[in-house]
Amino acid sequence: MTLSATTDDRPRHAARAPRERGPKASAGTRLRGWLASTWFLVPALLLFLCFVLTPILVAFFTSFFKWGGFGFPDDFVGLDNFRGLAGDEVFRGDLWRGFLLVVLTLVLQLPLALATAVLLNQRMRGRAVYRAIFFAPFILSEVIAGVLFGIIFLPGNGLADTLVEDLPLLGGLAGKWFSDPDTALPTLIAVMTWKYFGFHMMIYLAGLQGIPKEVLEAASIDGAGAWRRFRSVTLPLLAPTLRISVFLSVIGTIQLFDLVWVTTTGGPTHATETMAVTMYEFGFKRYQMGYASAISVAMFVISMVFSLLYQRYALSRDLQGAVTSAGGRR
Amino acid sequence: MTRQAIARSISRHTLVWVLGSFIVVPLLYAVLAGLKTTGALTTNPIGLPDEWMFSNYGTVLSSGAFWQQVGNSVMIAVLTTAITVAVSALAAFAFARYAFRGREVFFTAFAAGLMFPPAVAVLPLFVLLRQFGLLNNPLGVILPQAAFALPITIIILRSFFRTIPAELEEAAIMDGCTRFGFFWRILLPMARPAIGTVSVLAIVTSWNNFFLPLLVLADEKWHTIPVGIQQFQGQYSTDYAMVMAYIVLAMIPALLFYAVAERQLIGGLTAGATKG
Repeated sequence: MTLSATTDDRPRHAARAPRERGPKASAGTRLRGWLASTWFLVPALLLFLCFVLTPILVAFFTSFFKWGGFGFPDDFVGLDNFRGLAGDEVFRGDLWRGFLLVVLTLVLQLPLALATAVLLNQRMRGRAVYRAIFFAPFILSEVIAGVLFGIIFLPGNGLADTLVEDLPLLGGLAGKWFSDPDTALPTLIAVMTWKYFGFHMMIYLAGLQGIPKEVLEAASIDGAGAWRRFRSVTLPLLAPTLRISVFLSVIGTIQLFDLVWVTTTGGPTHATETMAVTMYEFGFKRYQMGYASAISVAMFVISMVFSLLYQRYALSRDLQGAVTSAGGRR
Repeated sequence: MTRQAIARSISRHTLVWVLGSFIVVPLLYAVLAGLKTTGALTTNPIGLPDEWMFSNYGTVLSSGAFWQQVGNSVMIAVLTTAITVAVSALAAFAFARYAFRGREVFFTAFAAGLMFPPAVAVLPLFVLLRQFGLLNNPLGVILPQAAFALPITIIILRSFFRTIPAELEEAAIMDGCTRFGFFWRILLPMARPAIGTVSVLAIVTSWNNFFLPLLVLADEKWHTIPVGIQQFQGQYSTDYAMVMAYIVLAMIPALLFYAVAERQLIGGLTAGATKG
């Protein structure tokens, strides 16, 4: 959008070798040339090393110890923490719930976002206002959204109960929502949809605007109806944007903490617990830092493996231009 | 308009309104709930308040804690953004405009930072920050936030810097500009739109951050708004009307900021997303 000119990813003029570095340059000159370019990187590298890379190494290290969190870890237990995780009902439940959250997001939230984007991509009065409203929840912090819906879904006389009480199908939900293990996860999904679908709608809109009108017109002339145009033209051309939004959803779900912590703290009876919540519980409530580190490592490995596989199999063909121009072209 | 077109337009608007009401009703409910007594909130959840309790908002606004949290959140967001942008701009400059050995390796390392979520690092970060003596110190939140903002900021700035023609730099160097002089006096002013975008992204991320400040800033005097809300909710757990007033007031800065910076924010998010 505003960065239309910035999304080019092809090799560029700046990649040329610096002039001063000829084949005859001495090692000293070359080193000086190298340093002249790299000192710009030093602050970023230091920051990244201290606060991103080191923590991950620390997590790997401490995950091999039984450690209460104070002093230097000295009770080396090898892979025991990971064995513990593998047999832990709650952690296995986290994985299952994480999987459910991802799947339900993919089948509910993203299609809703896509439908809204298609709707708002048409000319209509007040489009900018609608767009702004749908996006607004994304701006608010998870804590605000969580506290708000915690109160809305209060069993008894909350807003949600009052609204559904007399409805035929939803009436059964009254009094349950976050407080019943069977309905807590679906309620969480509803809140997540409220909070995040506007974001996905927004990137789809940017992608839709990148689809040339001529292509759709041509399809129309060839006799394709609205549905056919959507299926055979819009959707394939939007695929790179969709793949990115799936990626962001999954990564976001792996680290889901704030919303859950504020609404249910993972309950009732672990019904909404996520890996990050379990990690917090063990690390900061029960002071089993070694075990909690193992959960961090598991989260790291899961997101890494997912990212690499996804990039390898889903994103690779996009990286040369298709995705990158989707947000940029007008 | 033909009759068919009118019908279609009406149905389209109806759809959008139905969807929009799901978004708006909870927010309006919050505003109204903050104006009721907690008693009225349970007996009369939907209607207008019988007794308008402006005092709920008044109580929050006159509490020192609320303003303290606003101040802390502003300070942390501003410093995070300043550090993120300064450090990333330098790095993005080198990545965009110079060829040097190891460039791709370094860049890939930064870009890989996008792939894993900050929540993964929260626990070991806590351990490290304790070691550095940065617990209950705003720097303990600012520096990690800046570090985690680097990947996306560097990626966006780098692609902007690349679009600035090399001839410009050559001309500046001929006129006796140093590399840093070119960066500082010519490139940065030209990159203002991109810098606006990444700054807005960094501000919003910092403003809404909860997990790290929750762990690092346990001392009440450093609480940010999200941490403050959570504490307030714990403290007034049954005075729902008061809690609602608190979160409505806490929403206002974010929504105002959104109103002012909508273009940069959405530009940044879509650029970030499409490049992730």
